[in-house]
Amino acid sequence: MKEELFVSGRNIPNIDPYLNIWHWQIPLYLFLGGLAAGILFFAALFTIMGKEDQMYATVKKAPILAPIALVLGLIALFLDLKHQLFFWRLYTTFRIDSPMSWGAWVLMAITPLSFLWVASYAKELRPGWDWKYDILNKIEAFVIEKRIWLAWIIIVLSVILGIYTGILLSAFNARPLWNTSILGPLFLVSGMSTGAAAILLMSKSAAERRIIGGIDILLIVIELFFITHMIMGFQAGSQTQIDAAQLFLGGPFTVPFWVFVVILGLIFPVILEIMERLGVHMPVIVPAGLIIIGGLIFRFIMVEAGQITRYLY
Amino acid sequence: MRYAMAIDTLKCVGCSDCVIACQMENNVPLGFCRDWVVESVHGTYPQVGLELRSERCNHCENAPCVRCCPTGASHIVDGGIVLVTPEKCIGCGACIQACPYDARYSHPEGYVDKCTFCVHRIDEGLDPACVAVCPTKCMYFGDLDDVNSDISKILARRKFKALAPEAGTNPQIYYLV
Repeated sequence: MKEELFVSGRNIPNIDPYLNIWHWQIPLYLFLGGLAAGILFFAALFTIMGKEDQMYATVKKAPILAPIALVLGLIALFLDLKHQLFFWRLYTTFRIDSPMSWGAWVLMAITPLSFLWVASYAKELRPGWDWKYDILNKIEAFVIEKRIWLAWIIIVLSVILGIYTGILLSAFNARPLWNTSILGPLFLVSGMSTGAAAILLMSKSAAERRIIGGIDILLIVIELFFITHMIMGFQAGSQTQIDAAQLFLGGPFTVPFWVFVVILGLIFPVILEIMERLGVHMPVIVPAGLIIIGGLIFRFIMVEAGQITRYLY
Repeated sequence: MRYAMAIDTLKCVGCSDCVIACQMENNVPLGFCRDWVVESVHGTYPQVGLELRSERCNHCENAPCVRCCPTGASHIVDGGIVLVTPEKCIGCGACIQACPYDARYSHPEGYVDKCTFCVHRIDEGLDPACVAVCPTKCMYFGDLDDVNSDISKILARRKFKALAPEAGTNPQIYYLV
């Protein structure tokens, strides 16, 4: 038996007895960042493939959500800061070692580009739209002409953004639950699948829904494999990682993780999507909504549970 | 120059004077602390062992808090001391997540605060406040690169351990056991 306690009476807010320094802002941002990354990735991908017209919702309509999600995510990130008036310090330096620095700069680049993307389709989405100023019309014409270049930039940035949401956590080796290199790819795939689900909700074309639905099924299967792989990795890891995995294997996060994330957020919607392809029709909101909510809960659980895991005491 | 601290767990009585001295010296806000004392009990009575450890920032050689800081507010100065510049800190909490020792806290004014090895005292040739007040003289502070320093001598002679070396941080607080 071993028991350790602070005899000097340490009880620091949000640190003792368990670390809880990141609240709702960070998981919400990780979700919104992943969602925006997914939507922008597909918009750019199908533009590069030259399928703007067949994939109307993917390329033109759904990207409206991306700048909204990114701005809400940035607000959440700002609210998380405790020394807010100094936030501009992020942009006076670039720290190659710090995932958060990468994230700050990628957001700085991809957010305005996502606005440009949406603005360049304003006239197609709303016939009769006018930018009022000559200079804006000129910028629009330029963006439309160079859209394929914009797509290439966005596809690269969206992958960095999506993978960064996971790497932000996985770079902290002090938190064993996060300290797995699979978390980057896992969050990327999860973000893309929530993005695909959002596109499904906005698409009115059966052919488009079939393509995006097929991609989504593939992404969810990969995600389930990554989750299995993550837990296997923990089980084969050091004692701290075995303890970390225990949170999901009998510990306090077992039910929320397996029921809300794995079953309701992944397995059940993937079954519904497969049934849809086999001809059993149902409202698209059911699988798509479950995937989106599951993705959100997944990030809340990972942030919350990860902070509990530690090396000492 | 490589500053480090050695703490004799066999001499420490757990009085927490080091904690009070630090709070006084560094004007640590009420309810917070930069160092703390852990009582580690193993076994069951009557077969029982006790270890007392005065803990603080380990001023790690491979400091994860410095690596993850997005603004460079967390940095390493001469002698390997890890410091935070409040005017550069945005209070994102990344370094708090990164520290395996939970040695950092969010100061009520917003920036992140932690043990500085009392760098303002070291510059004047004094020991850190915790070391200076210890009534059992169980703490040794000095330069590991100087073979004649008290800390180099005691580490050469005694068995010691560091906390969570498996976290890969190369911590610089040594516990004599």
